[in-house]
Amino acid sequence: MSIVDIPVEDAGALAAGRREIRRDIFRDLRRSPTFIVGSIILLFWIICAIFGPVIAPHSPYAQNLLGINKAPSSAHWFGTDQLGRDMFSRVIVGSRDILIIAPLATLLGTVLGTVVGLFMGYFRGLVDDVLGRFVEAFLALPVVVTGVIALSTLGRSNLVIIVVIGLLFTPLIARTVRAAVLLERELDYVAAAHLRGERAPYIMFVEILPNVFAPIMVEFTVRLAYAIFAVLTLTYLTLGVQPPSPDWALDINANYGVVPAGYWWEVLFDALAIASLVVSITLISDSVQGALEG
Amino acid sequence: MSTVSDTVTQGDARPPADALDVENLEITYRVRGRALHVVRDVSFRVGRGESFGLVGESGCGKSTIALGIVRYLARNGRVTGGKVEIDGRDVLAMNAGELRKLRQSTVSMVYQEPGRALNPTIKVGRQVAEVFEIAGAPKAQALDRSQEMLEKVRISNPAGVMNRYPHQLSGGMLQRVVIAMALAAEPALLILDEPTTALDATVEAEVLDLILALRTEFGTSFLFISHNLGVIAKMCDRVGVLYAGEMVEEGRAREVFSGPRHPYTVGLLRCIPRRDTLKAHRSLDTIPGSLPAPGLVPDGCIFADRCGLVEDRCIEAPPLYDVDGRPDRRSRCHFHERAGTLPRVIPPEREDAPGERPDRGAVLINAAEVSKTFHMEGETIYGLVDVSVELRAGETLGLVGESGSGKTTLARALLGLTAPDKGSEITLDGEPLSATTSERTREQEKALQIVFQNPDSALNRRHSVQRLISRALSRLGGYSGEALTARLRKLISDVRLSERHLSMRPAQLSGGLKQRVAIARAFAGDPRIVVCDEPTSALDVSVQAAILNLLTDLQHREDVSYLFISHDLGVVRYLADRIAVLYLGRIMEIGPADQVFNPPHHPYTEALLSAVPTLEYSDGERIRLEGEIPSPADPPTGCVFHTRCPRFLGDVCVNTEPPLAEAEPGHAIRCHIPLEELRRLQGKEVSVAGADD
Repeated sequence: MSIVDIPVEDAGALAAGRREIRRDIFRDLRRSPTFIVGSIILLFWIICAIFGPVIAPHSPYAQNLLGINKAPSSAHWFGTDQLGRDMFSRVIVGSRDILIIAPLATLLGTVLGTVVGLFMGYFRGLVDDVLGRFVEAFLALPVVVTGVIALSTLGRSNLVIIVVIGLLFTPLIARTVRAAVLLERELDYVAAAHLRGERAPYIMFVEILPNVFAPIMVEFTVRLAYAIFAVLTLTYLTLGVQPPSPDWALDINANYGVVPAGYWWEVLFDALAIASLVVSITLISDSVQGALEG
Repeated sequence: MSTVSDTVTQGDARPPADALDVENLEITYRVRGRALHVVRDVSFRVGRGESFGLVGESGCGKSTIALGIVRYLARNGRVTGGKVEIDGRDVLAMNAGELRKLRQSTVSMVYQEPGRALNPTIKVGRQVAEVFEIAGAPKAQALDRSQEMLEKVRISNPAGVMNRYPHQLSGGMLQRVVIAMALAAEPALLILDEPTTALDATVEAEVLDLILALRTEFGTSFLFISHNLGVIAKMCDRVGVLYAGEMVEEGRAREVFSGPRHPYTVGLLRCIPRRDTLKAHRSLDTIPGSLPAPGLVPDGCIFADRCGLVEDRCIEAPPLYDVDGRPDRRSRCHFHERAGTLPRVIPPEREDAPGERPDRGAVLINAAEVSKTFHMEGETIYGLVDVSVELRAGETLGLVGESGSGKTTLARALLGLTAPDKGSEITLDGEPLSATTSERTREQEKALQIVFQNPDSALNRRHSVQRLISRALSRLGGYSGEALTARLRKLISDVRLSERHLSMRPAQLSGGLKQRVAIARAFAGDPRIVVCDEPTSALDVSVQAAILNLLTDLQHREDVSYLFISHDLGVVRYLADRIAVLYLGRIMEIGPADQVFNPPHHPYTEALLSAVPTLEYSDGERIRLEGEIPSPADPPTGCVFHTRCPRFLGDVCVNTEPPLAEAEPGHAIRCHIPLEELRRLQGKEVSVAGADD
């Protein structure tokens, strides 16, 4: 009997090879200077957001009316603002709100967008047409203008910012997910699931979803950078994060008027912080995209 | 003026060098800092006007050698040793300019995908003319010469073709254009890398004939690369068999294929279903084990761990022995004298031979007048037209036909994946089957399953093997808990997977193993009918043989019926009890396998059979089909086959569609030619030569 039982082609060597390739994607990422630089900057800001009050040499809120508008010095590395608060401490702690609001807003948009995209791509036809009209209508709304209107009518709270930006991002993500699902649903494993009598939710969420995870990941990182920008813009327009938060955009709004008077440090370091955070996310999203698309 | 004529005269003036001389070629790829020696010590020569074939399974280094010869390897690949001379000139010593000149005038390549060899945004004529212009012809002349060249590759309307874009031409036509471009510079050497693999059988046959004719006309030397032994046997004078980057056997094609002297070649040839082997009589032999990963070969003889003749001596690597003292016949085996005695892996006789079924089982599925019309971009495409078939218990029905013939559409309609048009009737056990799976009962869902062509698409790449099969077991078989585990174990061993495969994902398995997982999944719910949609066409022959054996065993054990779709007539002949031949969505012939494969049969069946390049060297005249398969959106009037029929009668074929008339009991042919006349015409093969075009 043993001779009939053909030894199966040995998968060992091949399997090892494939596993190596997957490990190589991570190795690629770790070796990619883009990814490393982006991660270091992001990690720095995450640490600041979590441990800010501990790291900061002064309280970001402590006013010192005797030392207002002081230029950077060894006592106050980034100088002090119009109320004599330590700018360095404010920049450090100022990362907290944005790093809570922007990721939550993006996450909300991604989850909703993924669900909408799965429905559109999977059912096509009428579902796609109807949802598609909504998506197109939403896509036509400019994020900041809509945000301004929503925040001024619904009230200014972090929750409203998260919901507004999340909803505005939903159609963008839905569009990407829909395109990926349209390709996936033509594959035979979906037909095999139909032949097993699987229901639509199972096919969408268990069979298809894991296979469209890569484009969702890329879209998430791209959107995150935009979300940071949008939140800070709204804050700058005084509709977002509210005082006394040491938020960067809030500080810029409060201090830009005194720049002509020569107090540049009260704006510059906040601006640099914003730029570095956005750039770090963009670097990460570029390298993730590159690694996934090989 | 013309570089072409310059090189030709130079070539003539010199003592005749070989068109290609490869000596001890070594090619290395650097992958992640590691050097993989993918081609080792390969030597062969292609004489003037000779056609040399390189054959081997995927991953053996065929294409790498072809690319290495013209120094067109990927960035991480390098020729690390040996000598390559084309037309007497050392290719490896050339600088970029000389190399460019060489590729312009002395060597050309034709690849598998003609569509990718042409620029989609430039008209065909312009692209062909460009070749002449590069060779130095003035612009006006270049277009005229392009037209001449296209005539030479038997394009009937060259002026019209030149004015079109590549996407407006069919695959066969495109490959002709590519061949015309390759021959335009009258190269000394033409490298053809799987030139017909992407084409349909009848188109392939035509292109192969064309290549043979052009070879005589131009006197070009060929290096012909293919995984298909039949194609190599037809096209080549001499052949080299590659295994894991080494040449294991070389010799005249006819000798190698009729009396192989290396165990690998012997095993490979035994994997192929021959004309006279049927599943009822004998199993196919297989080659145990699998190809070593590229560049990672064992010490000693590279084939030793898969070889039935292995002995202690095989620890030392064998050199290329001259077989029978002849330098043109070589084998890399210590025991080449007795390679032919390689023991079979699978006993030839089935111990429990299924035998011919005297009684045909009960009718399981009856499909009556199934039609399917697709509406796409304003076009109406007739996918299936009034197709009626029945499938009985324990029987295998083979579906044969070229692409676009409706094979897969019919299978999908039976499965409930594609809803047929109104008026179509499909029954299972006499009960009508709903058009979609969601409306079918649990029992009906269970009864019909499928093994898809491409396991990469059929298996969810994010799920483990265990999950893939378990889900099918619980959904279709209703198993859970302990029973499920027990059944899973049994199923895994039935398809000859081992438990260590359970935790793997599809990407970690080879093609053959993936297809076994797909088969296990299809059998999970104890189906009564399994549709096999080209289950082996993506696999190498040695793996194909194992899968075909597995399907036969399972059928015997589980008593399932197969609807077996394949474009490979050899495979269908081996497996099928009855065969339906489809053309443009219509059944042209249906009947017991031996009656369909033997005359009298439909002229289309005749042409299909004649188109298959086989290893049996027969001198019979071949039938060729002219032209391309018509579009199913605009099928010909009358008999849909009349535009290509080699036995075209006249007006009756153009005006009236022939009925599917019963020729013998259970055997029906859709043709106006009376059965007796068909029998007379097809009886002796000589008469075929005088067939009308």
